[in-house]
Amino acid sequence: MNKKLIKPGNYFMNGNFACAEAALIAGMNFYAGYPITPSSEIMERLSYRLPQVGGHFIEMEDEIASMAAIVGASNAGAKAMTATSGPGFSLMQENIGLAVITETPVVIVDEMRGGPSTGLPTRVGQGDVMQAMWGTHGDHEAIAYAPSSVQEMFDLTIKAFNTAEKYRNPVIVLTDQVIGHMSERLLVKNYEEYEVIEREIRKFPDPIGKVHDFSIDYVPMVIAGKGFHYNIDSLTHDEMGYPSNDPKIEEMMVRHLVEKIRKNEENIVEYKEYLTDDAEVLIIAYGITARSSIEAIRKLREKGIRAGMLRPITLWPIPKRKIERLSEKIHIIFVPEINFGQYSHAIREHTKVPVKEIHFPPGAVPDPKIIIRNIEGDAT
Amino acid sequence: MIEEAIHPKDIYLRSDRFPHIWCPGCGLGIVLKSYVDAISKLDIPLDHHVLVSGIGCTARLPGYANVDSYHTTHGRAIPFATGLKIVNPELQVTVISGDGDLFNIGGNHIIHAARRNMDILVVCVNNFNYGMTGGQHGATTPEGARTSTTPYGNIEHSFNLPYIMASLGASYVARWTSLHVRQLTKSIMKAMKMKGFSFIEVISPCPPNFGKYNKFNDGLSQMEFFYENSVLDNNADLSEAYIDFSGKRPLIVGEFVQRIRPSYIELERDLIKRAMEEP
Repeated sequence: MNKKLIKPGNYFMNGNFACAEAALIAGMNFYAGYPITPSSEIMERLSYRLPQVGGHFIEMEDEIASMAAIVGASNAGAKAMTATSGPGFSLMQENIGLAVITETPVVIVDEMRGGPSTGLPTRVGQGDVMQAMWGTHGDHEAIAYAPSSVQEMFDLTIKAFNTAEKYRNPVIVLTDQVIGHMSERLLVKNYEEYEVIEREIRKFPDPIGKVHDFSIDYVPMVIAGKGFHYNIDSLTHDEMGYPSNDPKIEEMMVRHLVEKIRKNEENIVEYKEYLTDDAEVLIIAYGITARSSIEAIRKLREKGIRAGMLRPITLWPIPKRKIERLSEKIHIIFVPEINFGQYSHAIREHTKVPVKEIHFPPGAVPDPKIIIRNIEGDAT
Repeated sequence: MIEEAIHPKDIYLRSDRFPHIWCPGCGLGIVLKSYVDAISKLDIPLDHHVLVSGIGCTARLPGYANVDSYHTTHGRAIPFATGLKIVNPELQVTVISGDGDLFNIGGNHIIHAARRNMDILVVCVNNFNYGMTGGQHGATTPEGARTSTTPYGNIEHSFNLPYIMASLGASYVARWTSLHVRQLTKSIMKAMKMKGFSFIEVISPCPPNFGKYNKFNDGLSQMEFFYENSVLDNNADLSEAYIDFSGKRPLIVGEFVQRIRPSYIELERDLIKRAMEEP
């Protein structure tokens, strides 16, 4: 391991710096980005730290270029990342699709702030949840991690790289302004305790004879300059990488892109449960809102309401099996979010119990009292 | 029995992909020939050549060359190429794309790549309109020209590509037409040997679209125009090098800029060295 990585130990650090340091541990060696509040500290930190470990840092002309550059860099063999917030995330969507169709592993950190449009640059929001899933056009599956602490910002950034490499898919770290700017305890473990997955790079001469193989989930990646001379295409393509407008080819290609994630959903999905064993009322919350919800659950239990929480760590894929199982024993689900109802829609698809939305307008950390008041009104 | 002949240039082409998709009279086949000629004559290993393109007729060119090729999103070939080149400077990264892709939707990227002196070669095939989508007007359409979206004539000023590129500090800037096959080949060879950002504009006919609307009924008539109006002037005042098809002003071609300026890859290598040596 590189001597210039953050040393194991205890730190008091903000989420953005934790994310940057974690990316270095994951082996990230290319970062392209464009300044945007509240994620800028990630790129500031990396502009200083990446060259120290021999990596490449470039500040691009906009978020579109940043996203295209990391897809290019990954195709040259790099572990590549960018970080942004709502407006920049919108601009990145088309080239997230490029990463999907070319099966290029990349990591995108989206630090949610208030929207729509320029919205509330310095204040928290959770309005990009659906965009993380459906922002890029066409059929695909998304993978998005939602950290709810600085520690998780660190740990999930490493995991995001691993998952991206493992499934050759873009992976999003879907965090928010509070997690990014908040400073709290961070434990950095000994390096050997971190799993770091490296992609399998195909060796020339090619044992497979085609750039893609739609019949298997993972085919070792072809990177530039190794003698393959393959075409890698943003158009619908066959296994040789050649463009095609044949609907049968489109079906084969898209089915592969979607299935490689769907089939492995149970391996990707992560969540945490709080006091769900005896719960009658379930809160499903993520990111900073989960922190407010824990306080609400404590107070509700003092009042005799048996509340518990499911905290999806992967917002996408959604932990649907878990929601289905928990729905057998609880009678109502509350979904507090810093938006006017997004993840709640996805939850409804996997439960028969009523799903009540608790809307928090972007701009502040959700007040546990409001969560309590909503639940008391409905659950009793 | 006649043996199937193999053309000596076949190793540089994906011959299984032919016939190509381009229209009769299009200049893109000539650009492909020049690219193939150039890489076959240079001492750069074939495995190090990478072609990147955006979207459009020109952007299909990399699909016919037998090198690593990336057909990316509309306008974004240059940032994609930037990522490839920075990670592996050994690669000879060439972007071949159209005027609409590089200067309209991708305009922001090309000016910044030139400013950074990023070590890539950009070949812009300029046919003055969006060919793939049916001949709409763009930033390179000459004033007064008719296209499928300027039925009353284009009222906008058009870009003068070599002038823009030279002003931004590109290391190498040239312009040819699809008639200047040998010059273009030599130009590509020279540009690939340059450090930093190289830019070659290739003026090309588009008979079914731009040509049809502007009195060039076939590829040949536009080639005749190039023949009659092209003037070689390596020292041209580039502010005067804009193009119209009135026939009243020369179509200036040549190698306008060749300069040595620290390139991005050189500067970045030095920066990383300094950062790594810090205690």
